[in-house]
Amino acid sequence: MMLKKYWWRSFKDKLVVGLAAGATFMVLLPLGAIFGYLVYRGIGSLNWNFLTQIPKPPGETGGGMANAIAGSGLILLIASLIGVPMGIGTGVYLAEFGKKRFGYLIRFTADVLNGVPSIVIGIVAYSLVVIYQKHFSALAGGVALGIMMVPIISRATEEMLLMVPQSLREAAWGLGIPQWRTTLSITLRTASSGIITAVMLSFARVAGETAPLLFTAFGNQYWNKNINQPTAALPLQIFNYAISPFDDEHRQAWAGALILIVLIVVSMSLVRMVASRGVFKGGN
Amino acid sequence: MGVGIQVNQLNAWFGNTHAVRDIQMDIPANHATAIIGPSGCGKSTFVRCLNRMHETIPNTRVQGTVKIGDTHVYGNGTSAVEIRRRVGMVFQKPNPFPTMSVYDNVAAGLKLNGYRNRRELDEIVERSLRQAALWDEVKDSLKKKSGASLSGGQQQRLCIARALAVEPEVMLMDEPASALDPISTSKIEDLIFELKQNYTIVIVTHNMQQAARVAEFTAFFLIGNLIEFDKTEKIFTNPSDKRTEDYITGRFG
Amino acid sequence: MTRTKFHQGLDELKQKLLTMGGMAEQAVQRAVTAYRTRDLKLCQLVLDNEQAINLQEREIDELARDLLAMQQPMAIDLRFILAVIKINADLERVGDQAVNIVQRVMHMNGLPVVDLPADIPHMAAAASAMVGEALEAFIEGNVDLAQKVLATDDEVDRMNRETFVAMEGAMASSPEVLHQALDVLLIARNLERIADHATNIAEDVIFWVQGADVRHRIHSNRS
Repeated sequence: MMLKKYWWRSFKDKLVVGLAAGATFMVLLPLGAIFGYLVYRGIGSLNWNFLTQIPKPPGETGGGMANAIAGSGLILLIASLIGVPMGIGTGVYLAEFGKKRFGYLIRFTADVLNGVPSIVIGIVAYSLVVIYQKHFSALAGGVALGIMMVPIISRATEEMLLMVPQSLREAAWGLGIPQWRTTLSITLRTASSGIITAVMLSFARVAGETAPLLFTAFGNQYWNKNINQPTAALPLQIFNYAISPFDDEHRQAWAGALILIVLIVVSMSLVRMVASRGVFKGGN
Repeated sequence: MGVGIQVNQLNAWFGNTHAVRDIQMDIPANHATAIIGPSGCGKSTFVRCLNRMHETIPNTRVQGTVKIGDTHVYGNGTSAVEIRRRVGMVFQKPNPFPTMSVYDNVAAGLKLNGYRNRRELDEIVERSLRQAALWDEVKDSLKKKSGASLSGGQQQRLCIARALAVEPEVMLMDEPASALDPISTSKIEDLIFELKQNYTIVIVTHNMQQAARVAEFTAFFLIGNLIEFDKTEKIFTNPSDKRTEDYITGRFG
Repeated sequence: MTRTKFHQGLDELKQKLLTMGGMAEQAVQRAVTAYRTRDLKLCQLVLDNEQAINLQEREIDELARDLLAMQQPMAIDLRFILAVIKINADLERVGDQAVNIVQRVMHMNGLPVVDLPADIPHMAAAASAMVGEALEAFIEGNVDLAQKVLATDDEVDRMNRETFVAMEGAMASSPEVLHQALDVLLIARNLERIADHATNIAEDVIFWVQGADVRHRIHSNRS
């Protein structure tokens, strides 16, 4: 009798493990497929020219997306400078002081913001920045993406901070360390690993956004170093090339997509490496 | 050098719960005073009123006066942060900062208050670790080992070193050895014996034998009230109050 | 109430001590009766029971030691156990003194009977009563009774001194009663010691109940 029960339990156990493995595989499959297909379609076009030249006029072959790569970098930098401090700041406020009514309101607003379609955010940035400046700009693009980063970072920061045990704060207070210093050097530092992950996730999320950039950064066929001028961005460029009638531009779109994914993965890895060394021994 | 603590009509509340009632007590300098009593009698709350940690919990209230040396703890001009620098605290569960090395943990109270002199910090860290009887065990890996990678007993001694580094006058210990094995406990008790010479120590403990081993004076608390405060030998051989006697002979609690 | 095992231990200790007390009291009474009636069989009984008293002393000490080591008694419980240990020793000594008296009686039996100016029965009654009252004070935890025992000690001491002087006089004036006088003197001494032990027991009871150490008070004229 026991033997039969054991067999049945063992079978159930293996079944569930199998199902979980299968589910994992099914999730990784499209990811692998996408990446594989991108490599297949795009690797051929990834060459030095592509990475260093700006687009050629429509109809001509050759050229590259150098300006789009740089432009994306610029826009994402602006977005991070806006989104990360605001996101972390909001998260800190909610975790340390947000137990009352006002905190609840902010949390709710952030959640709603998270669900707003990116194109709507683009329109908001358009009306706030573009109309005011009377032209498209990298700044407007950065604002749009920055706004999108805030709720993701804020929610994760709050959760990570709440996970820091109260005993650590008490230890710090007991030493006569003021509240603000405790939050900065003890609480945030303990939660830093999780917060960095959240920052990276939000970065990856907005790096590929196209819609908000449509009427903020707008795109540019040439080099641009001025944040107040229309700027090229990888997703925009990919989009434009993908819907163009020219085959050569299609080819470049594939390469652009591949490079976009690669750059995101590389930057995430870099952040992870730098942060993990900094977390333990890092500065005070 | 330690200072005495005078507590006058101290009351404390958690919301509407009157946790500490009319405590009148003079804690002598450079001695260890133990606070014993059954669970929920207010001993931890009382001790946390001495260094203004009680008010960090929302919805709490304190009334009455506490004087540490010449300073009024709840005086108008006194900042809580300032008091907490002069009164060190060690908690029941060791709580070293996990993201910091042993060195940084001990130096935390100084570094995070702006103290930067490298050489002096080194000296203070060594002195504090020696006082906490931890120096020999960690001196070779001060900056390599994280605070959280030590054993339980070592972690607690690290927390003691950390508290000593800011040179308080009073050390409050809330059941410092209750989470530790007998050997670590006995090291900590030896430590308290040494520290008494330079600090005033208040130790909350569930373990009456520990109070008897370590403290010259003992206070018995019951439901927020101070029932009896006397020399430890008297409390444990011939207490004046029947409730004290019933508690220490195990007839309740 | 908590600590059942401990309180059972305390009860057992008390019972054993009372048994010990009973045996010691009985030994004294038999010794005193043997003196009066010159009953050799009674003397032998006392000698035989000495062994039992010693065994009981051992048992009580062991139980007390175990309770101290295992139960960490405090305050009144600690004082109780310490008092028991001391009373235990005093009772054993009382038993020894009873044996000594009986040995004197047996020695006197071989000698011609003489009439000596000593009131041994009176002294014996007082000492015997003191032992009984001290034990009763212990059973009840009665400090007043214990104080009474302490007061009676002076009385017995006085009687002992009188007997000493009387025997001194008797030996000086009538050398042929030397041996009997010596025996009487020694018996008086033994009774005085029994009274002292009873006093100790009373002091231990006061220590236990009140936590006050009343030993070694200054007596008036104590020799």
